Amino acid sequence: MNREAAACGFVAPALVALGLFFFVPVVAALILSFTDFDIYAVADLTNLRFVGLDNYRQLLRTPLFWKALGNTAWFVVLGVPLSIAMSLAAALLLDSKLARFKGFLRTAYFAPVVTTLVAVAVIWRYLLHAKFGLVNWLLGGVGIGPIDWLGDPRWSMPAIVLFAVWKNFGYNMIIILAGLQTIPAELHEAARIDGASAWQRLRHVTLPGLAPVLLVVSILTMAGYFQLFAEPYVMTQGGPAESTVSILYFMYEQGFKWWNLGFASAVAFVLFAIMFALTLLQLRVSERWTR
Amino acid sequence: MKRGGILTNAALWLIALFALAPLAWMVSVSMMAPGEASHFPPPLLPAHPTVANFASLFADTDMARYLVNSLILATLATAISLTFNVTAGYAFAKLRFTGRDRIFRLLLTALVIPAQVAMIPLFLICKMLGVVDSFAGVLIPSIASVFGIFLVRQYALSIPDEMLEAARIDGASEGRIFRSIVLPTLKPILATLATFSFLGSWSDFLWPLIILNDSSKQTLPVALANLSREHVQDVELMMAGSVVTLLPVLLLFLLLQRYYIAGLMAGSVKG
Repeated sequence: MNREAAACGFVAPALVALGLFFFVPVVAALILSFTDFDIYAVADLTNLRFVGLDNYRQLLRTPLFWKALGNTAWFVVLGVPLSIAMSLAAALLLDSKLARFKGFLRTAYFAPVVTTLVAVAVIWRYLLHAKFGLVNWLLGGVGIGPIDWLGDPRWSMPAIVLFAVWKNFGYNMIIILAGLQTIPAELHEAARIDGASAWQRLRHVTLPGLAPVLLVVSILTMAGYFQLFAEPYVMTQGGPAESTVSILYFMYEQGFKWWNLGFASAVAFVLFAIMFALTLLQLRVSERWTR
Repeated sequence: MKRGGILTNAALWLIALFALAPLAWMVSVSMMAPGEASHFPPPLLPAHPTVANFASLFADTDMARYLVNSLILATLATAISLTFNVTAGYAFAKLRFTGRDRIFRLLLTALVIPAQVAMIPLFLICKMLGVVDSFAGVLIPSIASVFGIFLVRQYALSIPDEMLEAARIDGASEGRIFRSIVLPTLKPILATLATFSFLGSWSDFLWPLIILNDSSKQTLPVALANLSREHVQDVELMMAGSVVTLLPVLLLFLLLQRYYIAGLMAGSVKG
């Protein structure tokens, strides 16, 4: 029919583009991960061999992969709760009736979100400088000795977490602010009349009301933080002592520095599997809670 | 009550300081003399403000070229993404075709797949197409996006069917209806999608890093990352580079803030 043809004309270009440049590559990545695709296969495809699960087996025997997995997990475990706590605090304060200049403050909090990651990572590399950095100067003011943020393997990941909290808290803050609007004012009023303190109202009215929003926000943040890459690339180059090599950083080096494209595809799929499993787990746990 | 107000506002301004201080420091250091920032205690303001760092940035490095590259690429990415996503988003919302809802659900499911999974084969596809090291290669992943289609679809759902039917009865073609009825109604969401596409393309890092080797085609973030590895000691020069990279997006955000935030709200539903 004519209208069906017209509809196809509207939708087909985007679907073809998505198919060719997203769905086909995803399937191809799975196939690649079962091959030994390397620099020789890039030159001549006849050098390509199927190796079954060898890439995955080799991955499990590669210490740097485990290190990258641990580093990324540490970044997520430390970064996600801190980021959300900061977003929540900013949103609750902004939502307060006592707050002034809300429009300006909201824009200020959101500014880091729209900045270009590489450019602000360069700024923070200098802010975190052990000798001349502003961060250590401020900490020195309250008597905390100089920390070699990006040079000490114990501090390099917390430093990147600090940067990530700064860069991202405005994003979740906006979503949480919208969530706060959906909690009926009568609930707060009723709790107040019952003599609930501000803290009790936060604990028993606001936070339960925000639970669905906090779940969405934590899934999105976790998925985003598992994709850590540009921060270590710019700020630490994976160092010191490989303490900031993330899964994606490992994949990038394997794929585009050493051209082990089959092996790197296996890394990509392991990352995907972990993220998928954790998302399902979060949904399952929250179902249990809300019941 | 009064003390609570002071505490709340003090905390709010402290957070604002946290958010803005790094950006203010960047601007300040970009106007310092070479070497001035590397002192203890770190100087907060330049002793003698100068634009020399910007001059040397454009004279001694290819910054002007990278700036132009980024502007061209972000503009093209925005135009392409608008063309493909808006037509598709409208079709998913308002036109009837076989398998429409099934395909849409499939697209939404695909949102759980991180883009990096596709990158290695995508690089090989680009190699086969001969677009490695070209602008076309950079643009390929931004042609259509599930997020863009979703954003437009949700907005287009609110267009009344009667309006479209009336135009059809009057004998207007589907193309004509799209141009003269649908597009004007979709204006706010077009602004939202355009802002997202422009900022996304401007800030994108991993894909341009992979696909561009030729330094003359690099984008600002890729060039800045390389420069910052070469010029580790030149704090003032690097801050000038960061100012050049950030100024366009911050201005764009201040102008189109409303549309950007609207898109963000719609996007959070995707989780």
